[in-house]
Amino acid sequence: MIRNFVLAGLAAAAFVFGPTAAEAGRDLDAIKARGTLRCGVQGPSNPGFGVPNAQGVWGGFNVEVCRAIAIAIFNDPSKVEFVPVTTQSRFPALTNGEVDVLSSNTTWTLTRDTGVNRFNFPAIVFYDGQAIMVPRRLNVTSARGLNGATVCVQPGTTTELNLADFFRQHNMTFRPVVIEALDELRRAYDQGRCDIFTNDFAALAAQRTLLSNPRDHVILPERISKEPLAPTIRQGDEEFTNIVAWTVFALIDAEEFGITQANVDQIAGSATDPRIRRLLGVEPGMGTAIGAANDQYARTIIKAFGNYGEMFERHLGVNTPLGLERGHNNIWTKGGLLYAPPAR
Amino acid sequence: MSTIETPPAAKTAFWNDPVKRGLALQSILVVFVLVVVWAAWNNMSANMVARGLIFGWDYLGRPANFAIGEGLIPFAPTDSYGRALFVGLLNTLRIAVVGIILATLLGVALGVMRLSSNPLLARLVSGYVEVVRNTPLLLQLFLWYAIINALPGPRQALPLGPGMFLSNRGLKVPWVEWSPALWPVIWALVAGIVGAFIAARALQRRREATGDAPPTLPIAAALIIGLPFLTLAAQGFPATLSVPVLQGFNFTGGIELSPEFVALLLGLVLYTAAFIAEIVRGGIVSVYKGQWEAARALGLPAPRIMRLVILPQALRVIIPPLTSQYLNLTKNSSLAVAIGYPELVHVSNTTMNQTGRAVEVILVFALVYLTISLLTSGFMNWYNGRVAIRER
Repeated sequence: MIRNFVLAGLAAAAFVFGPTAAEAGRDLDAIKARGTLRCGVQGPSNPGFGVPNAQGVWGGFNVEVCRAIAIAIFNDPSKVEFVPVTTQSRFPALTNGEVDVLSSNTTWTLTRDTGVNRFNFPAIVFYDGQAIMVPRRLNVTSARGLNGATVCVQPGTTTELNLADFFRQHNMTFRPVVIEALDELRRAYDQGRCDIFTNDFAALAAQRTLLSNPRDHVILPERISKEPLAPTIRQGDEEFTNIVAWTVFALIDAEEFGITQANVDQIAGSATDPRIRRLLGVEPGMGTAIGAANDQYARTIIKAFGNYGEMFERHLGVNTPLGLERGHNNIWTKGGLLYAPPAR
Repeated sequence: MSTIETPPAAKTAFWNDPVKRGLALQSILVVFVLVVVWAAWNNMSANMVARGLIFGWDYLGRPANFAIGEGLIPFAPTDSYGRALFVGLLNTLRIAVVGIILATLLGVALGVMRLSSNPLLARLVSGYVEVVRNTPLLLQLFLWYAIINALPGPRQALPLGPGMFLSNRGLKVPWVEWSPALWPVIWALVAGIVGAFIAARALQRRREATGDAPPTLPIAAALIIGLPFLTLAAQGFPATLSVPVLQGFNFTGGIELSPEFVALLLGLVLYTAAFIAEIVRGGIVSVYKGQWEAARALGLPAPRIMRLVILPQALRVIIPPLTSQYLNLTKNSSLAVAIGYPELVHVSNTTMNQTGRAVEVILVFALVYLTISLLTSGFMNWYNGRVAIRER
């Protein structure tokens, strides 16, 4: 929260005193010149999506997305600097150039894409929806029965706005408790300051694992909004947009074609399917087209982290504390919404 | 007749003339400041244009679409960002005014106690002052908030008295339900306060002239409490009392002090009072001990020596640093973002995030804090002028 003042102040100061911004292609050029990608992730931690381990090395779904982008740019997953941001500090941090990309469960909306923010959302990595968590003992079964409730919610989020919309739409009143730091907010809910806790479903599932007694809390079945989460970058650099988008698409395509961390080398050696040969760089041209370090960028990424499905199952899936079903986040051929444009 | 010619003054170079030199330096400074402001503004405009941002205040009129937990005036998500910021400003003023009053009372009491001849009391207070003054305020706020949130939930609320409940949703007390019939009562209250002031001055004058007058306090109290009460009685008590009842998730009815407000108030008051205590102690110690002895020689009891002789003289030393503490308290209230009390900065942050208008929003709250601070120090300087030693 203090950090947020500083960032916001810096953003304002940068407008007032900073140098005038440069031409297109500038972000990718700056990243290459610096030698590292600065990636904004939710701090202090967001289980499953981004958590630092005891050595301070970040891991998680959002973190691997950034590392995959680093492979595309530098052919090296370690050339990423992770910057923890909050829901409030993330946009000033991005506008200001403190980070190059946000991989922090940020929802793609019209006003963020256009308007005064001017961000780009190259590709959706997670289809989420806002959900509501309640203590089991309150015996609430539907979000419609929440009139008069006190709600714990983070500021500066689409969540905060959807919440107001939802209660208004159903003629119900609520009392918000708005705290920026997710840890403080969760503690307030855990102590009973709020009746309900609302966030995107996946984030809520992640927070539930950190409650003192996760089994005492249920997430209601309603999804009160659409939350397409995407890596977020500044507008104005088409080359960087391409790299981010086609990194995500490579992960999705790999799952569609059945390419996994284990079999990627073998498939690259034996594949006859021209789509697979292009994706893995056996037939050259695709990597160069998007401005990647080399044509084998997709192969290197899959070798490092596996395909989309493997990343999902490793950090978020049913065998993790989060226990998420694939749901919408499955390949389109299996009934999900993940559908990548062809790499050709 | 001869005239004495005054020799023409030797023409001094203008840099040796203190008046001209001063003027020249001042003009250079003014030009420098203007250039810096102009350059900053120009650069900001260029940067904003380069990023496709447009400077403007149109967002203030747009619907905010978020809710605010508490406020002195009603706020709905359909209201504008402008109103949201105003709600935040009122919340800041609410915490600042209540906080300053309580911190002053507590601080003066602690300062006097620290000088007490009772070693237990003096040591206890000095321990308190040292601990509170030397730990970060933010940490103290988290502590108070966690303690308050650890209270039982609304369904197990602790009953404190008839219709009063303490829970982790705050303190709920019965409150008069508002109706237009209450306006005369408010005017009667204002009249009572004004009347009490006039009466107090008249009594003071009489006391100074004759050495005797009826005591001020009962008369003032009668005016301030009596007038509104009589107005109520004359209208046949039109007010109804709204008593908190548990309904659904929470209590409805009555008014509440939210946990966020109480935690912030406790934190700010206890923290600032520790500093004020030291200022008051310093002020009292600065009064020459001859004043004590003289007052004792007149046969005054200790409490009256403190009230009539020492404190008025100590005020001269106390007021200027006290002003900084008031300003600190007001500005420290912005730490409330950490525990979710919706004051100005809290609402501004949300507004900034939802509209992307970082520059405009920061300008607003910077100007508001500047205004509040200048008003506070203006008032305190005026008061300081009144208590300062007048050279005769």
